[in-house]
Amino acid sequence: MANPVTKGAPARPAAHRGRAGLTRAGFLLPALVLLGLLVVYPIGYTAWRSLFDADGTAFVGLDNYAEMFTDGATYTALRNNVVWVVVAPSVITVLGLVFAVLTERVRWGTAFKTIMFMPMAISFLAAGVIFTLVYDHAPEKGVLNAIATGVHDTWEAPSPYPGARPREGGPLKASGGGAEASARPGEAALLPLVAVSPETQDGLRAAAPAAPEPGALTGTVWVDFAPGGAGEPGRIDPGEKGMKGVVVQAVAGGKVVASATTGPDGTFRLAGVSGDAQIRLPAENFAPRYGGVEWLGPGLVTPSIIGAYVWMWAGFAMVLIGAGLAAIDRDVLEAARTDGASEFQVFRKITVPMLAPVLVVVVVTLVINVMKIFDLVYVLAPGPVQQDASVLALQMYVRSFGGSDSDQGLGSAIAIVLFLLVLPAMIFNIRRFRRENT
Amino acid sequence: MSARLVRLLGRGFLHALLVVVALVWLVPTFGLFLTSLRSAPDNNSGGWWTVFTRPAQLTLDNYENLVKNESIFDGFVNTVLIAVPSTLLVVGIAALAAYAFAWLEFPGRDWLFLGVVALLVVPVQIGLIPLSELFGTLGIMGTVTGVVLFHVAFGLPFAIFLLRNFFAAIPASLLEAARIDGGRDWTIFFRVILPLGLPAIASLGIFQFLWVWNDLLIALIFADRDSQPLTVALQQQTRSFASSVDVISAGSFLSLIVPLAVFFAFQRYFVQGVLAGSVK
Repeated sequence: MANPVTKGAPARPAAHRGRAGLTRAGFLLPALVLLGLLVVYPIGYTAWRSLFDADGTAFVGLDNYAEMFTDGATYTALRNNVVWVVVAPSVITVLGLVFAVLTERVRWGTAFKTIMFMPMAISFLAAGVIFTLVYDHAPEKGVLNAIATGVHDTWEAPSPYPGARPREGGPLKASGGGAEASARPGEAALLPLVAVSPETQDGLRAAAPAAPEPGALTGTVWVDFAPGGAGEPGRIDPGEKGMKGVVVQAVAGGKVVASATTGPDGTFRLAGVSGDAQIRLPAENFAPRYGGVEWLGPGLVTPSIIGAYVWMWAGFAMVLIGAGLAAIDRDVLEAARTDGASEFQVFRKITVPMLAPVLVVVVVTLVINVMKIFDLVYVLAPGPVQQDASVLALQMYVRSFGGSDSDQGLGSAIAIVLFLLVLPAMIFNIRRFRRENT
Repeated sequence: MSARLVRLLGRGFLHALLVVVALVWLVPTFGLFLTSLRSAPDNNSGGWWTVFTRPAQLTLDNYENLVKNESIFDGFVNTVLIAVPSTLLVVGIAALAAYAFAWLEFPGRDWLFLGVVALLVVPVQIGLIPLSELFGTLGIMGTVTGVVLFHVAFGLPFAIFLLRNFFAAIPASLLEAARIDGGRDWTIFFRVILPLGLPAIASLGIFQFLWVWNDLLIALIFADRDSQPLTVALQQQTRSFASSVDVISAGSFLSLIVPLAVFFAFQRYFVQGVLAGSVK
């Protein structure tokens, strides 16, 4: 009774239609104003601005676009962007597909999905900090290099005295990373070394002079440094440690004629040497410790950052593909299995083709996002290699807002290129939408 | 018999593989967490895994210092001041527009909505230079307002798209019933659309909140020292990473614990948002 107007009235009075029009505008207006002013207008403005120089005063045509290929840093960014767009989406999609299929077969699949999906929620900044720790070059700090050096040292024993070198003015002369001294059979040689770390010395015993022996080269390899500095160079003083486990070779006429390893007191005996010979301590005794991989060095920085990105986004692909899998008709798979198809055949010939639409959506989404990657590179790439790792969005930021030498003409051109690169996705979206809504 | 053995071995291998992968996905974050619980000297002399042999290093000092650290504390407050209004505005404005696109008839509706679909993929880079000039003219460059406006504008296309599709799926009979009962557009919006659209609104809200909370680029340009969020404050600290690993690790953990809490609390909506929001 209170509202007689609408009751059974097919056509509303004209006055009412006017008010309804206003209401409708009220629903739409805030969104349209904001989108028009802050999204649509900037597209036009950026396109226009990209045709002007750094000051925005002189019209330069397409020069800014040409500069993207001639300016070294921007060209590097462009190239890296191509690497990103090719590698990241494919790796993520493959991982997502594999784990979506595998998790279907275990009871704790949901827990696994949650774990892998979790990084999606955190910021690129936090992920950057996380992976700065993971990729730390120092093996005692970065977990990845701790593993790398651990594995490396298991395969190839580390040298016993990294960085040790002959005492200056002593009989030993450095040569090719190792050391050499001339020696005569029947005399005990003294081979003083320095620069052995205190931690290494802790495990060593006192040095002792070797007994001279006719027909053999004998001698002592020791740390010629007494704690407190009381010792005399070139002499075995009390408190000085013998270096055990050093490989010693006798070289005559350019050939190794005998080889031995020093004992706990640093002494060695090379038998069967008749004439004059050289004693050589090969470089392998002093090789510097394996330092791990330089993940964030100029060579590996882009693959490493892509690795961090994969960590963040693999869960996304997995969940999306998992949803697609759940929608596949189980009967089709069962029928194929009954017909004798192997699991791999079912995967290749049925699962993947049926997932194709989902896979396309995943790849397109990833390509769009990877194209605009900024934060992760900005946070993860150390200052000196940032140029090597740069991508278009980062270059756009640096060149547009980088202080004194900024060039918003070039910045606008980069932004427009990014925009043009996502145009195919825009068309894909529009077509998909029209198809689904007709 | 042997086939069963192979299958059993296969299953063992599958479980082992998944456990390893799960560890790979967990360890980095866990490492950050343990790093944040150790002093700077400890962190500089050895990795976080040394706490397993020397648990005495664990300390809450870094978090205590965080509260006293002005730039981090202000950054946290600013992050909230930016993320909450951005989320509410996007959800509100998009819900209104989505309702109009889904249920109201007006000339050019379909074309306008196609325009919104087209804007889905516009990169934020397009807006950086023009809006930094425009906001400068308006006097909101370097303010929370400016950052919020940017986020709202670039969040709208996805928001409208998501909500419109959800609203359009609400049965017409429910709207008709409300109309026959004398409801006008506004009443229908509040009484029918909003309650029924709640799942989609929740998804959108979570997504938008996380997006803004995690943003670095826009705040880097549109915020100044007084309005910068946590991400920017932390980013500046990373420039001298070795010296302030204690501040950065604890600050980063603070900045990611909120999104993680949101993620775990609303996992279902979050996943729905991802499913609906692909190809953004």
